[in-house]
Amino acid sequence: MPSNPSLAALPFSHRSKSHFPILFGICFAVAFMGSWQLAQIQPGLLFETEGRRNIAKFITGMFPPDLSPEFLRFLVVPLFETIQISVMGTVLAVAIGFPLGLLGTASLAYTGILHEVEIGGSRARRLTRALPYILVRSVLSVFRCIPEFVWAFMFVRAVGLGPFPGVLAIGISYGGMLGKVYSEILENLAVQPSEALQATGASRWKVLLYGMLPHAMPQLVSYTLYRWECAVRASAILGFIGAGGLGQQIELSMRMFNFHEVITLVLILFLLVAAVDFLSAKARKAIV
Amino acid sequence: MPAHPASATTTIPLPPRGRTRVASFLVPAGIAALIIWSWHGTHFDLMSLLGADGRAQMLTYARKLFPPDLSTDLLLKVAYWSLETFAMSFMGTLLSVAIALILVFPASRNLVFSGVLFEVDEAGRPVRLARLGLYVFARAALNLLRTVPHIVWALIFVFAVGLGPFPGVLALGLHTGGILGKLFAEVVEDIETQPLEALQSTGASRFQIFVYGVLPRVLPQFLAYSLYRWEVNIREAIILGYVGAGGLGQQVQIAISLFLENKLLTLILAIYVMVTVVDYLSAYLRRRLL
Repeated sequence: MPSNPSLAALPFSHRSKSHFPILFGICFAVAFMGSWQLAQIQPGLLFETEGRRNIAKFITGMFPPDLSPEFLRFLVVPLFETIQISVMGTVLAVAIGFPLGLLGTASLAYTGILHEVEIGGSRARRLTRALPYILVRSVLSVFRCIPEFVWAFMFVRAVGLGPFPGVLAIGISYGGMLGKVYSEILENLAVQPSEALQATGASRWKVLLYGMLPHAMPQLVSYTLYRWECAVRASAILGFIGAGGLGQQIELSMRMFNFHEVITLVLILFLLVAAVDFLSAKARKAIV
Repeated sequence: MPAHPASATTTIPLPPRGRTRVASFLVPAGIAALIIWSWHGTHFDLMSLLGADGRAQMLTYARKLFPPDLSTDLLLKVAYWSLETFAMSFMGTLLSVAIALILVFPASRNLVFSGVLFEVDEAGRPVRLARLGLYVFARAALNLLRTVPHIVWALIFVFAVGLGPFPGVLALGLHTGGILGKLFAEVVEDIETQPLEALQSTGASRFQIFVYGVLPRVLPQFLAYSLYRWEVNIREAIILGYVGAGGLGQQVQIAISLFLENKLLTLILAIYVMVTVVDYLSAYLRRRLL
């Protein structure tokens, strides 16, 4: 970090800054060495004859990619399934994330201008308002912090193999993320429009409906579209644990060492992701 | 999008009528069709999930999870697996940053062949072609790294170097390296040209412009992106456990397959703690370093 000359005039912040690089350096070195040990990093393995032979076998096995019409026709269903899982997963995520996001928005739940008059100084009232907020926030954080892969695993157990557990897994974990981001978007809105609405005597519901939501809608939709892009990738990965779609095919082909099929599948996945990114970018541009 | 009330917009010139009308009908219809198609295709059935049977099944499963297995023996092991997952994400992220840093500069067109730096270019045709080739090569490499999902990379490396966290590190490093390289290249290409021009007018060489003009501008953003990807990588490191890359993910898989529900809950709690800690660390470092 280049030292900032203007900081010399501010002795306090200068001192607190000067310790940080040293501490950071030590922590980084410890983490690096510890991780090197724990992750069993052995670059030599890559160059051993067996490793080299295996990689070579893999690469030569990939070519030529399997582009036979039968195989491609066979892939239509998994491809559709991947798209369907991502769409339905995102729909479910919105259904979970939107209501929870509203409940988890601090400016709607218990603080800020919407509550200034009503709650006043009453502590008990503030607490009863804050309680559901805290609860919802922690639920969202549990949904979000457990990776979709673990959710999928549990849902495969609960409802059986197939695309449905994939939808549930994406819906729950992305619902947690959407809920958090929705509430952040709503909290960061300018307060003036809401204040103006409130001055006309609008209830909290009406302030939300006519003031906040229309204002936030482009951002909400744009983030949802972005999450859909991620959901396409995720739904392909979830196939590995039996949630259907392209991932399942990739896994099967890998296990049977049919690398020329793997490369076709990866190519299709690439095209799918690129197409979805393109569509979603177009839609976002149209909205914002 | 809600339509504006007509009375409010009468004075504002409206966009061509016919097209908006068709679009405002077609887009929701298309989205609805997409959702219905997906609903059928995924056998989405909330009733079976939330109906009496489904609820009972889920409740039994949830009940089996409690209480979490908190024996010292398991907790020590879980701590080790957590550290292993942490190490995988940490080393994977470092490797990806290294890969991205190697590829980003040849993959940025304003550093390789176009823009201010190359306006007055005396190089001959072969040199220019070589530069273009370098750019295309770097971009293609980034695309390849990014396109192959990390779980496929992991399978390839498990195949090559055996089980354990090392193939996980390589997989995370290569896949994320492609993503970071692309993000980094966007940062470099979006850099303001005035400072570079100013440097050039002082007679600075291209290398000097790179060191004094480009690097100081882009490095903080590189750091921010890397920390953000680290948060993603801790989650992906857990997924990679599934294909034999060790750590918490592998144990989750074992616990689920062997119906060890109490152990599973302990592992899930550990995952929750790990992910939260890394999110917090990354946010803290972003605040302190930037």
